[in-house]
Amino acid sequence: MHTIWIIFQREYLVRVRKRTFIIMTLLGPLLFAGLTIVPVWVTTNFQKTKTIQLIDESGYFANRLPDGNQYKFKSVEGKTFEQAKAALTKSDFDALLYIPKINLDRPEGIALVSHKNISLDFELDIEKLLRNTVRDVKLMQIGIQKDVLDNANIQVGVNTVSLSEKGEKSSSSAATFGISFLSSFIIYMAIFLYGAQVMRGVAEEKANRIVEVMISSVKPFHLMMGKILGIAAIGITQFLLWIVLTFGITSGVYSYFKLDRFQGAQLEETMKRLPEERRMKDMQQSREVGQIVTALSSLNYVYIISVFLFYFLGGYLLYSAMFAAVASAVDTESETQQFVLPISMPLIFAFIFAQVVAREPDGVPAFWLSMIPFTSPIIMVIRAPFGVAFWELALSMLLLVVTFVSITWLAGRIYRVGILMYGKKPSVKELFRWMFSKY
Amino acid sequence: MDYILEAQGVSKKYASHQALQEVSLQIPKQSIYGLLGPNGAGKTTFIRIITQIIPADSGEIRFEGELLAPKHIGRIGYLPEERGLYKKMKVGEQLLYLAQLKGLTYKQALEKAKAWMIKFDIKEWWNKAIQDLSKGMQQKIQFIATVMHEPTLIILDEPFSGFDPINANLIRDEILQLRAQGCTIIFSTHRMETVEELCDEVALIHQSRKVLDGSKHDIKQRYKPNHFRVQYTGNQLLPTTTEQWEVLSDVALLGSQREAMLQRKQTGATNPFLQALMEQADIQVFEEQLPEMSEIFIRVVEENTPSSADNLHPSKK
Repeated sequence: MHTIWIIFQREYLVRVRKRTFIIMTLLGPLLFAGLTIVPVWVTTNFQKTKTIQLIDESGYFANRLPDGNQYKFKSVEGKTFEQAKAALTKSDFDALLYIPKINLDRPEGIALVSHKNISLDFELDIEKLLRNTVRDVKLMQIGIQKDVLDNANIQVGVNTVSLSEKGEKSSSSAATFGISFLSSFIIYMAIFLYGAQVMRGVAEEKANRIVEVMISSVKPFHLMMGKILGIAAIGITQFLLWIVLTFGITSGVYSYFKLDRFQGAQLEETMKRLPEERRMKDMQQSREVGQIVTALSSLNYVYIISVFLFYFLGGYLLYSAMFAAVASAVDTESETQQFVLPISMPLIFAFIFAQVVAREPDGVPAFWLSMIPFTSPIIMVIRAPFGVAFWELALSMLLLVVTFVSITWLAGRIYRVGILMYGKKPSVKELFRWMFSKY
Repeated sequence: MDYILEAQGVSKKYASHQALQEVSLQIPKQSIYGLLGPNGAGKTTFIRIITQIIPADSGEIRFEGELLAPKHIGRIGYLPEERGLYKKMKVGEQLLYLAQLKGLTYKQALEKAKAWMIKFDIKEWWNKAIQDLSKGMQQKIQFIATVMHEPTLIILDEPFSGFDPINANLIRDEILQLRAQGCTIIFSTHRMETVEELCDEVALIHQSRKVLDGSKHDIKQRYKPNHFRVQYTGNQLLPTTTEQWEVLSDVALLGSQREAMLQRKQTGATNPFLQALMEQADIQVFEEQLPEMSEIFIRVVEENTPSSADNLHPSKK
C-alpha cells in the first residue's frame, strides 16, 4: 500500500502542476457556459425573417396566415403557380407557397417552392401554420366566433411537483433534464479524457523503458493502481474546482441580473411592481424563468453531486483499468486505437441512449442500462436527479463496484505480462490468454 | 564460501518457449559475477526472476540463506539493459521517487541523492529535466538510481553501453569501490573485455541451460590449451617434436633470440617441462598461455549447440 501511495503522489503532483491542468480548470466553467449560451445567442440574433409569396386559389388562407418574427406572407393575385415559380429566383421572396382549390377535409396539392434549401424546421412550421388555419376555418364554419377562438387560446404552464417522504418539493422537468444531461455528458467526456491520460501514462512508461526499473521495485499491479488512482484524484480535483467556480459564477450572475426576483413569493412582488401592459407580456416569460430558477435551487445538490462523483469514479476506474491493460500490451500509443473502440462501445452506446432515458427516466431501458455496470455511470446520473428507488441505486452501485474490482484484477493480469513484452502487437486472443496464464 | 545468492534448479517456461532449464548457480559475497551468454540465452529471464519481476516455475532461490521474498527488493539494485527515466521529471525528484519506492524515507533519500550528486560533481543538474540531459548524463543518473538505496546485491545489465570511455572508467571505479565496501555485483554482458577485466566468477548460459560456471581462474585452467610461449637463445632451434612438446611456431627476434610457441603433450607440474626445455636452450621467457574468456565462450557455445541437422525447427520466442 505504501508504494501505491508514493506512485499516487507522483502521478497526481506531476499532472496538477501542469499548465494545461490549471488553464482547463479555470476555463472549464466558462467553456460550459459558452456551450450553452452561444447556440441560443446565435439562433436569436442571426435568424432572418422569411418572406413568403402566397398564391391562394382556395381563398381560405389569404390574410389568415399570421405574420410573425420568423415568417411574413404576401398574397399575390393574378399570377398562376407556373408564372410565379418561374419568377421566383429573380424575386426577393424566400419561398413560394401555393395552395390550389382544396377540399378542407382532405387538403391536397399544396406546394412550398424555394430556390434555396428548405429545412425541416421550415417545412414543419409551415405545415403547423396551415393546420391551425384549417382548424380555425372549420371551427368558424360550424359557427364559432373568432373572438371565442382567440379567447380559447390560453398559455398553460404546469408546475410539476415531486412527492417524496420528505414532503413535496417543486421541480421542473426542464431543469432536471438539463442537470441530468449535463452530468452524463461530463461523465462521458471525463471517462475518455482521463482514461486517455491513463493510457498515455502507461504507454509512456513502456516506451521510455522505465517500466522495468519500476517493477523491480514495485508490483505491476501497484504501479497500475497508483497511476489510475492518481489520475482519478486529478479528475475529482478538477470537478470540485469546477463546481465551486460554477457556483461562484452562477451566484454572481444571479445577483447581477437579480434573478432571485423570479423565485417563489418574490415573483408575485416583482409582477405587482410592473406596469400593467408589460405585466401580461412578461407573465409567461417570468413564469418560465421562475420555474427553472426555483427548481434549480430546490434540487438536492449534495445528493446529485455525490451520485455524480460516485459514478464518475466507478466508471472511470472500470474503463481506465481496461485502457491501462490495452496500453500495456502494445508498444506505442498509436497502436492502442484498434482496441479503444471495442472497449468504449458500451459507453458510446449508453451516451446515445442518454436522450431516450432522460425523456423516460423510469422506463425499462433506463432501468436495465442503469444496472449494467458498463453503461450505468452514464445512465444512472441521468435518472438520479429525477429520483430513483433506493434499492435500485444501491444495486446499481454494488454491481459497478463488483465489476470494476474484477475488471481491474483482470486488467492487472494483462498489464503485468504486457509491460514486459516488446515487439509484436498481441491479438485479442493473446490478451485473454495472459489474463489466465501464470505470467 | 559465503554466498549472497544461491539458485537451485530454476526453470521458467513462457507460452511456447523454454527460457530457463534447471539452472543452478552460487554467487559468492563481495564478488563481481559475470552472467554471460549469447542473446536470447535466458540471462534476462534469470535476472528478472532474481529481481522478482517474474516468478520462476520451479526451483529455489535463496538470498543470504533465506528464500527470496519481497522484503529483499530493497536490498537489490537493478540497472536493466533497456533503461529509461521519466523524461519530463527533474533529476532530483526522479532520484527521490525511485529511492522512496525502494523503501527509503524522504529524508534518507534526499541525503543520499545529494551525496551522490556531489560525488559525481553534477549537483547543478538537480533541477534539470531528464530530457534536457545528454544520453551519457542520463546514464549517470540511472546508475545513481540503481545504487543510492545501498543495495547489497547490484545487478547491472550491459552497464557500459552508452558511456563514453571517460564515464565508463568512472563507473568502473565506482563498481570496484562498491565491491570494496561489501557489495556483490552481477554483470550481465557479452563484452568479453569487461569480463576479463572485472569479473571474479562467471556463469555461461546457453539455450536456457547453464553450460559453465566457476571462478575465472579455474575456468581458464580448465580450458587452457597447454600452450607455452618461450623466448630462448641457443646454437640451434628447439627440436620440433619431443615426448614433451610440439613446436607450433618458432620465429627469430633480435640477434640470436627466438620466440617459440609450444604445445605441451603432458599435464601436471610444469617444472619437469621447463627442465627439459632448459636442456635444449637458454630460456629467458617461459609463460603458459591462458585462453581469453572470449575463446572459451565461443568454444563452449559451439560445443553445446546441436548440429544444424538437429536444429532445423528452432523454437522461436
